[in-house]
Amino acid sequence: MSSPSTTLLASGCHITPSGCGFPAPGLDSFNFKPIFSIGSFHFTKPMLLALICMVLVVGFFWTAFRKPKLVPGKLQLVGEIGYNFIARNIAREVIGKKGDKFVPFLTSIFFFVWLMNIMSIIPLAQFPVASRFAYPVALAALVWITYMYLTFKTHGFVGGWKHLTIIEGLPKPLVPLIVVLEFLQNVITRPFTLAVRLWANMFAGHMLIVMFSAATWYLLTPSVYALFSGGSFVLAIGMTAFEVLIQFLQAYIFTLLASLYISGALEEGH
Amino acid sequence: MLTLTQLAAEGPQNPLIPATSELIIGLIAFFIVFGVLGKKLLPNIQKTLEERRDAIEGGLERAAEAQAEATRTLEEYKAQLAEARHEAARITEHAREQGSMIIAEAREEAQRQAAITVAHAQAEIERTRGQVTTALRHDIGRISLELAGKVVGESLEDSARQSRTIDRFLDELEAKAAESAGAK
Repeated sequence: MSSPSTTLLASGCHITPSGCGFPAPGLDSFNFKPIFSIGSFHFTKPMLLALICMVLVVGFFWTAFRKPKLVPGKLQLVGEIGYNFIARNIAREVIGKKGDKFVPFLTSIFFFVWLMNIMSIIPLAQFPVASRFAYPVALAALVWITYMYLTFKTHGFVGGWKHLTIIEGLPKPLVPLIVVLEFLQNVITRPFTLAVRLWANMFAGHMLIVMFSAATWYLLTPSVYALFSGGSFVLAIGMTAFEVLIQFLQAYIFTLLASLYISGALEEGH
Repeated sequence: MLTLTQLAAEGPQNPLIPATSELIIGLIAFFIVFGVLGKKLLPNIQKTLEERRDAIEGGLERAAEAQAEATRTLEEYKAQLAEARHEAARITEHAREQGSMIIAEAREEAQRQAAITVAHAQAEIERTRGQVTTALRHDIGRISLELAGKVVGESLEDSARQSRTIDRFLDELEAKAAESAGAK
């Protein structure tokens, strides 16, 4: 198992003259050889990137907010913009005054996820950490735990279940059906879709970039295919630019949904 | 979970099965981010932002206060000015009243004095007239007697008759005088 880009670059496989088949990138693109192993624990590139992201997020906010000044410096100002983006546009807007408590949680999620996504287009890294399903799952699990904890804390045990399953004012025959559906939606599919949405976007984005990069290399021969190679290259660049948008958007959506769930758990009615 | 890890190590796997080691690394990384941001850095910046807002709002408040103070002082000045005007008007009015009172008093006094003077004069005139009348009466009596004596040629020695004649004459004179006074 090795990084597909290395395989491709090393293979020297081109459409002409050998006529070897296109080595289409697949799941292999997301599996890495361990950098080192301790027993059954294998330290891989995505793990390294996750830790780098952690260091970068902490490092940035440490430098920006360690000794905040009334009149902010450039870095503090940038940090404040980021902080206010979460505190105002997400926490306050979605949850309201009660959301202030959750700003650190939401801020951590947003910037950690965003940076992990950005790794997709950073030279040498070039891998979105969230395209390994475990990372979105870990974060979505934390959101889910928060969601459940707040639901039962706000409404009590019975009230919490009612909050999760019952919609008031329904005709009686529909109630059992809706209870099942609401339970599935709130308790099962919400955390699952939260994780899958982020993972699938990053997975697909990375797949596209790898695909066009591989095609560029595969088609790059002294023949008419060089034209397609150029087109493929342009698309690879275009997809990369598009990914920049998607990376931010997915981090934003993840955070926004987390705040929506928190807000749902805190609100009085259903 | 061990099997999953083994799978991950061995070959292509279902990408929707999360690897335990990665879950752990992800959670650790996130908790470190959350811990440092949540415990120290974000409270830091939150405090600073509040301080800044206080500073700005404090400045605004102070400005508003100064404005209010200025308005209040202006109001006071205006009130004082109005009062002063009012006072001035009152004083003027008072002075005018007093002036007219003084004038009235003076006029009254003058009138009183004039009346007194007139009364004195009248009394004096009356007295003088009395004196004159008496003197005249005496003189006229005497002159009339002389005249009568001369005219009639008889001496009216008889005092009773004499006196009666004089009185009658005088009465006639007075009656004439009264008549002429009434005609006037």
